Amino acid sequence: MFQDVSQRADRATVSITIDGVIHQVPEGYTVAAALLATGRNASRSTLVSGQSRGPYCLMGVCYECLVEVDGIPNRQGCMTEVRDGMAIRRQQGVGVVGQATEQQEVGDGR
Amino acid sequence: MDADLAIVGAGPAGMAAAVQARQLGLSVVLLDEQPRAGGQIYRNIERPALRDRAILGPDYYAGAQLAEAFRDSGCRHISGATVWQITPEGQLFYSSEGASASLNCRHVLIASGAQERPMPIPGWTLPGVMTAGAAQILLKNPGLAAQDAVFAGSGPLLYLIVWQYLQAGIRVKAVLDTMPAGNYRSALRQLGGALRGRHYLIKGLKLFREIKRAGIPFIRGVTELEALGDSGSGVSQVRYRAKGRQALIDTRQLFLHQGVVPNVNLAMASGCEHRWNDRQLCWTPKLDPWGQSSQSHISIAGDGSGIGGAVAAALRGRLAVQQIACLLGRQTAAQRDASSRQWRRQLQRELAFRPFLDTLYRPTEPFRKPVREEVMVCRCEEVTLGDIRAAAAQGCMGPNQLKSFTRCGMGPCQGRQCGLTVSELMAELNQQPVEDSGYYRLRAPVKPLNLGELATLADPAATIDQETANEH
Repeated sequence: MFQDVSQRADRATVSITIDGVIHQVPEGYTVAAALLATGRNASRSTLVSGQSRGPYCLMGVCYECLVEVDGIPNRQGCMTEVRDGMAIRRQQGVGVVGQATEQQEVGDGR
Repeated sequence: MDADLAIVGAGPAGMAAAVQARQLGLSVVLLDEQPRAGGQIYRNIERPALRDRAILGPDYYAGAQLAEAFRDSGCRHISGATVWQITPEGQLFYSSEGASASLNCRHVLIASGAQERPMPIPGWTLPGVMTAGAAQILLKNPGLAAQDAVFAGSGPLLYLIVWQYLQAGIRVKAVLDTMPAGNYRSALRQLGGALRGRHYLIKGLKLFREIKRAGIPFIRGVTELEALGDSGSGVSQVRYRAKGRQALIDTRQLFLHQGVVPNVNLAMASGCEHRWNDRQLCWTPKLDPWGQSSQSHISIAGDGSGIGGAVAAALRGRLAVQQIACLLGRQTAAQRDASSRQWRRQLQRELAFRPFLDTLYRPTEPFRKPVREEVMVCRCEEVTLGDIRAAAAQGCMGPNQLKSFTRCGMGPCQGRQCGLTVSELMAELNQQPVEDSGYYRLRAPVKPLNLGELATLADPAATIDQETANEH
């Protein structure tokens, strides 16, 4: 479980939802960081076998943290900063535009 | 013409090159994927997330000076932009916030840096297994760290991150060092170079001393490393062998690292020739002493031209610009040489240390080429070692054919996590030198693009407003 070591309690926060659950996270967090900081080590399930995957490289080269952001699938969670009101959904298999994905099967490691 | 020079990447090479190019009177546009300049090494340097500067240490904050010079240089900085093609005519295409645009520049400098070498061990796809670089990225921004993690692998960056966790007061469960003892002996042959970089040696020894003093279990000579757990809840244990015995550690977080390698996708897809570099065990571009590639309009600087570290990257960026200014008629060869002499000497000094590091931390074969059939080589398309061996047995000749046989390398990461493993594996299976076995043939777009993003190119109203978009 990741914890905040910034010692910056004064950071402004934004309100986001992850799989429909509301969270307050500091501004400047990436979507991948928000998943990890809220105890979710998985970001999607694969389209080949359905196994869960989580953020891996955090620098935009592994494509493991693909999530649906505000209805658009296959966004790189580590390359996208949170915005107030952002709706994040962990992706099940192949991301399809405009089709809410089933989330229950993505393990969240909690 | 949009600018004299387009630079791709805002790490030390890109930023230093931009500053230098502006000083020589060139118009410069720099494109970078991140929201803020700094690259990976100086990530978020202009807005540090950590209140306590002791955690990341002075080498990180040293980047602030360069970032400031870059900001004041008058270079146009397009952030949040992914460059996905450089055409043979020099046109550059990029995508930002879901829309695409193009730029025409007289010369392009690729400074796309490095990524961590894949470390395909059993279980490396489990949630909770990440790269050590990822741990450091989370520390730099937004300031997150994981308690009781296991760090496994080898190399200066691995030990640095463990030390940074220590400074942050985060408990580290164990360090599993995969460097074989034999590497010490081979590295001794590079002692001359090592002594020229002794300030790095002294820094490294200090890290080790402090890690040891903190009482973190530091297990040497680790082999047969494996992450255990299940897909639903992620990694729960790490198994390994050391001193002839197998052992288990409970952990929910495993960070892997075995060095960094050039990020070659953009340069390769742009037609720049690459060679297999046996000392660094990766593909590096064929360059002249100024970083000029086999494509007349493309130069390459920084770790993308071969791993040299942040200081060398900045020097290579400046040297590349000296030649580019010459090519563009802004200075004579004599002026170029006069102003480059000192940087070249510094670069030689920086690079003198590398053979020692490369030899000392050369990853062993079982960590580069998996041994067990079920190990995932291509994470995206879930292609295992067994699948690759089967393809080779059916007559698959190399990495490109392997795509048609197995889809290996055809997922969204475009081979970034499997390419090096496949290069070495296919060479071994077909009993060829890696150079002959080759690499995937890479093509634009070098990062996945959706059709909407592409379509904006045909609709001027929807393309990126170049005057305002993401510029600083």
